[in-house]
Amino acid sequence: MWNSFGFEFINFYFIPGLVLGCIYALGAIGITLTFSILRFANFAHGETMMTGAYLTWTVMAICSGVLGFAVHPLVAAVPATLLVVLLFLVTDRYFYKPFRQADTIKVVMASFGMMLIIRSAVQVIWGPNQLTFVPGIAKPNAYLKDWSGSIDFLLLIPNKHLFIFVGTIAFMMALSYLLNKTRIGKAMRAVSDSPDLAHVTGINVDQVIRATWIVGGACAMAAGVFLAMDIQMLETTMGFRMLLPMFAAAILGGIGKPYGAVLGGLVIGLAEELSAYPWIGDGPLLSPGYKTGVAFAIMVVMLIVRPQGLFKGRSF
Amino acid sequence: MSKPILSLNNLRAGYGQTEILHDLSMFVQPNEIVAVIGPNGAGKSTAIKSVLGLLNISQGSVELHGEVITNTPAAKVVELGISYVPQNQNVFVNLSVKENLEMGAWTRPIGIPERLNDMYALFPDLAEKRNQTAGSLSGGQRQMVAMAKALMVDAKILLLDEPTAGLSPKYRSEIFETIQKIKNTGVPVLIVEQNAKQALAVSDRGYVLVDGANRHTGTGVDLLADREIARMFLGGGH
Repeated sequence: MWNSFGFEFINFYFIPGLVLGCIYALGAIGITLTFSILRFANFAHGETMMTGAYLTWTVMAICSGVLGFAVHPLVAAVPATLLVVLLFLVTDRYFYKPFRQADTIKVVMASFGMMLIIRSAVQVIWGPNQLTFVPGIAKPNAYLKDWSGSIDFLLLIPNKHLFIFVGTIAFMMALSYLLNKTRIGKAMRAVSDSPDLAHVTGINVDQVIRATWIVGGACAMAAGVFLAMDIQMLETTMGFRMLLPMFAAAILGGIGKPYGAVLGGLVIGLAEELSAYPWIGDGPLLSPGYKTGVAFAIMVVMLIVRPQGLFKGRSF
Repeated sequence: MSKPILSLNNLRAGYGQTEILHDLSMFVQPNEIVAVIGPNGAGKSTAIKSVLGLLNISQGSVELHGEVITNTPAAKVVELGISYVPQNQNVFVNLSVKENLEMGAWTRPIGIPERLNDMYALFPDLAEKRNQTAGSLSGGQRQMVAMAKALMVDAKILLLDEPTAGLSPKYRSEIFETIQKIKNTGVPVLIVEQNAKQALAVSDRGYVLVDGANRHTGTGVDLLADREIARMFLGGGH
């Protein structure tokens, strides 16, 4: 049965919800890792996403403007990721490291400052106006009808969404391999478990912290590029607007639990989109303007009812 | 007397402005178990932590094989071959037993699979639980994981901070037996203990700490036989 309910619900609410969820999930991974390993809430995380998207745009612009060939954002994202990671390692060494023994609140405030620094720098370099990866209007251009041959089963999945799904799944698999199979990944889990014990076990905690920045940075980078592909524009506040839902996702999943962050991201993304579905009557249940409010409400309820999150993370 | 592996010489140490160790000296020789006993707050755990560089030593020195390592950071001390098992939170609860041991081997360049097998042989209970998370184990088994984790490097000496605290009598005896086995593999053990009687019984020598300084020193047997010590720390006379 593929009546108008199914068509509208799946194509215009469920799929966009999943896409948004993927983006939140990737962002929340970085937040939850920094929170559990470096022990602070990184307010500059959204800005990393945004910078990543801008750097990707720049690589694309250089390729088509100077070198004379166009590249897909996902290809341009690879060199841009290296730049972002490098930027992360430099900021960690010269900005965050002096705060290592400081109270958490000081580091959080420092990251708030870093957020403003990054955003202002991006505005100075690229200007405050919106940019786009690809000029013009993109049409939804992949249909499940083409594959199934049946008009009754019409799924409108734009290519960009396919890229986002596949990219997110690839990232999750890589992350899972890293955390469970590699030496540095296990050490990341160990430091997240107990930094003091890691220290007296002889684990090189500085190395683990650098790895955390690299992994968190790469995930944030992917989230930023996916977001720019999804909303088809870049603007300097795009990362900041993601910050609340990403924190909500990290808290929902349980601080320090990367899989929790993924689940939390998907739940928040779906909840935000589905809250605008006309569940009762003809109008949207909640005006789309309240989407962010949904994430906030979930976060508040979670903190009251189950502060350790779905996956039993750390509670503060 | 053979040359000591580890020695603490006239230590004054503490946290911030609070001095806990006032004049502490002790040493551990090859192939011996040394017990540190004494009332609560005497500075027993502090003595071990001072070796690890976890608190500030203001006077005196810590020497490993005659080399001064005073106030060396913990990670470096471990690399030098001093393995330490803290009293609480001494395993990574979210990691499997095997992963815990692998983390213990962080500073070990080669031979990790062989060493894992050695540890499974020394702690047979752990072999069958290798894929369970350490958090799912009982207190006694966790203590085994913690000790195996500390032995994953080629330790020159093993420091144990109250390994039997909160354990059932059955596990207590098992831990003390294991400590003797560890000594027999050639690793000397310095152990801080509340269960003074049992600890002295397996120890070659012992130190009685009071108020951050050593009050009595002797072989385990002599200390056990001493009437004053028995009255003060061993729970009643003989």
